[in-house]
Amino acid sequence: MDVATTAKRRGVERYRRWAGYALRYAVLIVVGGIVVFPIYMTVVNSLLSSTTIIAWPPELFPFDPQWGNFKKALDEVPLMRYMLNSLIMAGVIVIGQLVTSALAAYAFAFLRFPGRTFLFILFLSTLMVPWEVSIVPNFQTIQRLGWLDSYQALTVPFLATGLGTFLLRQHFLTIPQELRDAAAIDGYGHIRFLIFVVLPLSRAILAALAVFGFLQAWNQYLWPLLVTNEDNMRTVQIGLAALRGREVDTFNITMAATVISALPILIMLVLFQRQLVRGLTAGALKG
Amino acid sequence: MDATDATANQRLPLIAVARRQLQRLRGVNRLGFALIFLIPSLVIFGAFVFYPLLKAVYLGFYETDNFGNQGDFVGLDQYRTVLTSESFRHSLWITFLFALYTVPPGILLGLALALLANQKLPGISIFRLMFSSTVATSVAVASLMWLTLLNPNVGLLTYFLVEAGLPRLDLLNDPDWALPAVSATTVWMSLGLAFIVILAGLQTIPDELYESARVEGASGWRLFWHVTLPMLSPTLFFVSVVGTIFAFQSFGQIHILTRGGPLDATEVIVYSIWEDAFGKGTPAYGVASVQAVALFVLVLGLTVFQIRFLERRVFYQ
Repeated sequence: MDVATTAKRRGVERYRRWAGYALRYAVLIVVGGIVVFPIYMTVVNSLLSSTTIIAWPPELFPFDPQWGNFKKALDEVPLMRYMLNSLIMAGVIVIGQLVTSALAAYAFAFLRFPGRTFLFILFLSTLMVPWEVSIVPNFQTIQRLGWLDSYQALTVPFLATGLGTFLLRQHFLTIPQELRDAAAIDGYGHIRFLIFVVLPLSRAILAALAVFGFLQAWNQYLWPLLVTNEDNMRTVQIGLAALRGREVDTFNITMAATVISALPILIMLVLFQRQLVRGLTAGALKG
Repeated sequence: MDATDATANQRLPLIAVARRQLQRLRGVNRLGFALIFLIPSLVIFGAFVFYPLLKAVYLGFYETDNFGNQGDFVGLDQYRTVLTSESFRHSLWITFLFALYTVPPGILLGLALALLANQKLPGISIFRLMFSSTVATSVAVASLMWLTLLNPNVGLLTYFLVEAGLPRLDLLNDPDWALPAVSATTVWMSLGLAFIVILAGLQTIPDELYESARVEGASGWRLFWHVTLPMLSPTLFFVSVVGTIFAFQSFGQIHILTRGGPLDATEVIVYSIWEDAFGKGTPAYGVASVQAVALFVLVLGLTVFQIRFLERRVFYQ
């Protein structure tokens, strides 16, 4: 085999490899483009004017971006108030869930007591009850308590979590018993051991649970729709959904409002991507 | 010797009883201590999960007057009338169709995206971010996006359909197309979640498995069928169970996009519960509760069935 053919073959191989790369990237770009296309169009629509938004064929690029649409959306719709409500709701739920599930998981992982298995199964069984099944009695409870249009109504029913307790317990079980013994010798009671040893060792899973819980609370729809009527108690999901009936030539404002209300979660996801993935997959992989 | 034996025999039960009593006391004590940790969760679960579940069953036995107050006791009659009614069977069918239109396509697309994103290429993380981007859209955000895309006057999807030679349809107001349109919205908005979970599953498959399969001459499809799919089956199993349960609980996108219409074409069970209880002038809590109990039994049965049926076909490490 002479040098020329070897070089030629090497050249063909290199060409093949490059073609393979190009093809893979082309597929990725096309598929990625299709997936994010609705998001792209929303951003485009939020920047169109009231005349270009109703153009046919629809505009695919905002050649004359109307940045004022965002200000208009904020003026017309009390989005900031809605987002504040959602933030308070999700924040209280996350903190509450972390406290209640850490306490319960500690008992299931570190304490021996009669009825432990039964109580643990009881906790797990809450995962089998879809929230939608209980909305009528729960609505009546909230009504009787006089909690309609209040933060209590939005948060209190969600302050405990069976899934969170389960995942935390699984993690607590990986903490060696010797640590507990050593802490006991140092005079640590259960509460101090939980706060100063167990929780710091569980930061990763706690963060994952927090991000997951926040996302879930922020995205709630049915329950906030039910227990809030006043405009100043609405969450962002409900406030946004109320824009559905607007005229076609104000779709740009609606889309601007949509973009604004999606921003906090988008920012959160970019910042806490790792925690979110861990939170979402914890249940899947531990089965 | 006989005497000492006798006293020992007399003493033994006494000691045993005392010891047992002491143990029980300790047990109660330990339970009491554990309850300090468990009470916060138990109170919430009791008040907002277990009590309402029983209350829903109970409410099903009673009629509701026009102001939402509990009416006459009718026993199982209400269960019978509601569960055999045309409208309940219809919403059950729609719920089933909705699950069929959303779960298998969602898993297939999620799997396709995960396989694409599992390649070792420079810059792959950008594509992973793109594929998972729909988790950032809430149900209201996603629904409003698609409401615009599907709008017959300005929507780009409508434009594509018209360009493809189809009539200019208002998909969301067309009894034949409303459910597929709502399903497409749902598949899109849950795609990011399916992608993330399936990709994480793919990444737990050890490289050595692929290498040894390659040594034995497997490649391409055979690798996928004999290595990837069996190793991924627990993840796919999980996604299918959770996806179906999600489908059975869907409400927001239907409330925003179609309000259960047109002609009840998108009236899934949860929407029907909501409408009977809160969406009309007269709250029919009893009728809604019967449907809620049916939903509970359905989801429970489905979970048990899927676990039993699929677990046998699933390969666990």
